[in-house]
Amino acid sequence: MLLQQLVNGLMLGSTYSLIAIGYALIFGVLGLVHLAHGEVFMMGALIGLQIVLWLHAGPAVALVGALLGTAALGVLIELTAFRPIRARNGPIFAPMVSTIGVGLILQEVATKAFGGEQVGFPHRLEPVTWRLGPVTISSVQLLILGTALVLMLALHLWVTRTRMGMAMRASAESTLTARLLGISTDRVILVTFAVASALAGAAGVLVGLSFNAISPFMGIDMGVKGLAIMLLGGLGNIYGAMVGGLLLGAIEVLSVAYLASSYRDAFVFGVMILILLFRPQGLFGVGQVR
Amino acid sequence: MIDSYWESVLIFLGINTVLALSLYLPISAGQLSLGHGGFMAIGAYVSVICTTWLGWPLVAGLAGGGLAAGLAGAVVGFPALRIKGIYLIILTMGFGEIVRIFFLNFEPTGQASGIGGIKHLTTLPLVTLVAALMLLCLMRFRDARIGRALRAVQEDEVAAEAMGVDLTRVKVGAFALGALGAGIGGGLYAHHALFIDPAQFGFFRSAEIFLIVVLGGLGSYWGPVVGAAVVTLLPELLRFVQEWRMTVFGTLLILCAVLRPAGLLSGRRRAAA
Amino acid sequence: MLRIDRLAKRFGGYQALADVDLAVEAGSVHAVIGPNGAGKTTLFNVITGLLAPTAGGVSLEGRDITGWRADRVTRAGIARTFQQVRLFRGMGALENVMVGRHARTRGGFGAALVRPPFRPRGQEADTRRRARELLELVGLGARAGTWAGDLTLVEQRRLEVARALASEPRVLLLDEPAGGMTPVEVEDLNQLIRKIRESGVTVVLVEHHMRLVMRVSDVVTVLDAGRVIASGPPDRVRRDPRVIAAYLGRDA
Repeated sequence: MLLQQLVNGLMLGSTYSLIAIGYALIFGVLGLVHLAHGEVFMMGALIGLQIVLWLHAGPAVALVGALLGTAALGVLIELTAFRPIRARNGPIFAPMVSTIGVGLILQEVATKAFGGEQVGFPHRLEPVTWRLGPVTISSVQLLILGTALVLMLALHLWVTRTRMGMAMRASAESTLTARLLGISTDRVILVTFAVASALAGAAGVLVGLSFNAISPFMGIDMGVKGLAIMLLGGLGNIYGAMVGGLLLGAIEVLSVAYLASSYRDAFVFGVMILILLFRPQGLFGVGQVR
Repeated sequence: MIDSYWESVLIFLGINTVLALSLYLPISAGQLSLGHGGFMAIGAYVSVICTTWLGWPLVAGLAGGGLAAGLAGAVVGFPALRIKGIYLIILTMGFGEIVRIFFLNFEPTGQASGIGGIKHLTTLPLVTLVAALMLLCLMRFRDARIGRALRAVQEDEVAAEAMGVDLTRVKVGAFALGALGAGIGGGLYAHHALFIDPAQFGFFRSAEIFLIVVLGGLGSYWGPVVGAAVVTLLPELLRFVQEWRMTVFGTLLILCAVLRPAGLLSGRRRAAA
Repeated sequence: MLRIDRLAKRFGGYQALADVDLAVEAGSVHAVIGPNGAGKTTLFNVITGLLAPTAGGVSLEGRDITGWRADRVTRAGIARTFQQVRLFRGMGALENVMVGRHARTRGGFGAALVRPPFRPRGQEADTRRRARELLELVGLGARAGTWAGDLTLVEQRRLEVARALASEPRVLLLDEPAGGMTPVEVEDLNQLIRKIRESGVTVVLVEHHMRLVMRVSDVVTVLDAGRVIASGPPDRVRRDPRVIAAYLGRDA
């Protein structure tokens, strides 16, 4: 039973991880909390849904489509809502105001374009279930977990092996140093946004597949949770976000199974607050918090 | 006299002003809080309990709601002492969510269904009076010793403490008083909206109040007033683009952030001499 | 007046201060010098409560103030300036000094609401007046209405002194006040320190400007790598071979 819950938790957590990674990337490179990231996730789900409905394609195509679509969206957001502000060097909350504006726009656009009701992915995938000892896994779950892990692995390789990826890491460490090394910060930021948004979009499709509940409002809850995970894993720390997401998924599922399920979310936030109080740099963050 | 629809809008304007003024206080001490919706919720529910179940008049209900929220603010204010910047934002967000979830599950107040059939006790004169009083309070704070201490803490906490400022008193005080104000705002809101449920006090609400304060600019206590006017009235005036209200609003926010990043009222005051 | 006993401060693996003894006589000007990184500012930070010591004690007029929080230390009678000027840039010069007076005045949120309106009276007027006097003392009387961030560096340093004096300290800690000053300005500073001493305030001074140190101090203590290596009258310390080695050895 416990093992089953853990598996469920991992599945849920892997989608959380994808979103948290996006937050971490953006925070790491820009020092900014992207409050509209949850809405990007939501757009990913909607784009994926539209692809399936209109092109009668399978989930794989939907996934790729959502990845590309949200990457483009992320680039657009960066160019219109953040770059102009950066040039002016204002106070810390100016970009935050901008992200809230972006979030509002995305929400309304989504509501107008796709209707305000909850929809589900039409079942193209016959859910096959397998038993591995005491654990039952469905094909959908496997797809989700697998895709998430593949994406995370790809990110890791990219960030450690490719020039652009390493440039991104360097910028996350120190923008000044990166510039001195000749790295074009603007381009790095653009790529960061694209990657972060793509991951969120993928997560959107995956969550849509697993819960069959796609609506313009699914981004809010996810957005806040992703933020909590980023905090858990250490702000700006990609690997912390990965692990944190899995951890949070596990905690959530376990607390539903063993505690009052309605207080599940409160439990999650309670943990978050405890972390903030006692270990604000997160489980994996380094260095003193000023 | 005034068309009743517009009267309602003005009352909402007054309530938003009250909420924004109340958030202005902790923010002016450098404490960025994105959990004000939680304090508003506490104030709303407690005030309704006072007026509906205990039969108190509205003013007493507002006092009750305000005190309850203020108490919560003091409780949150202590851990918030050591936490700054983005971490505080996240902490307060978490608090706001916890409050919402609490009311979502709290049976006596109707859980997700909330409370309906609240008597309409909030009037435009009352809201205006409360807002004016709060503005007056902020004015009195500013020119006094505590106002200087608040500004000093906002600029440089370390230096402020080295000058003898008791950070605990100032920060927790500002936080608690801000929460108290939000509680009163919540009470006013409940008795105007006539129906409250936890969803109305979630992150969106906290973000809205935060937005109002930041939009108006932190330089002056008129900032929240201007911000509230923009945020409340603009969607009304944009009803011509009814279909795309939020989009236009969102675009305006982005423009504001780009063109006036320090807020609409940013611009230097005269240094006191 | 001010005693430091066997003070030690570690940061993780780094020992910033070790076994530091210091005795500052009332009414004197006591300088603390040493090569960069010797721990002078750390010492100040520990004394004033910005940092907690790892070991050892600090006492003021016989009272143990070890580990006291910074605002409490200020109320007890120790004020300081910062090596990197930490003024409240968004406030005017006069206001900065008025904040300095915080420790000697009372009144929080409640008091602000019930005080009489309009013309400032009582404590508020008193604070304002004293702040003006202090600005005059440091030569910034004409700049009372200027934003602190708009002052020149030297003016800012002087403003910090005025702000520190506003708390009516028994001991004034000055952290490299002569940074960026021309010889004329240094001489003005010399006079200012003397005036402060004459008014009964004990001064402890961290400085690199050797001529100022020699001219104005009664006692000089030398720190190197977190330890006291010499202490005494300026002439004697200047000739101490260990002191010379510490400075030369470091620069070599």
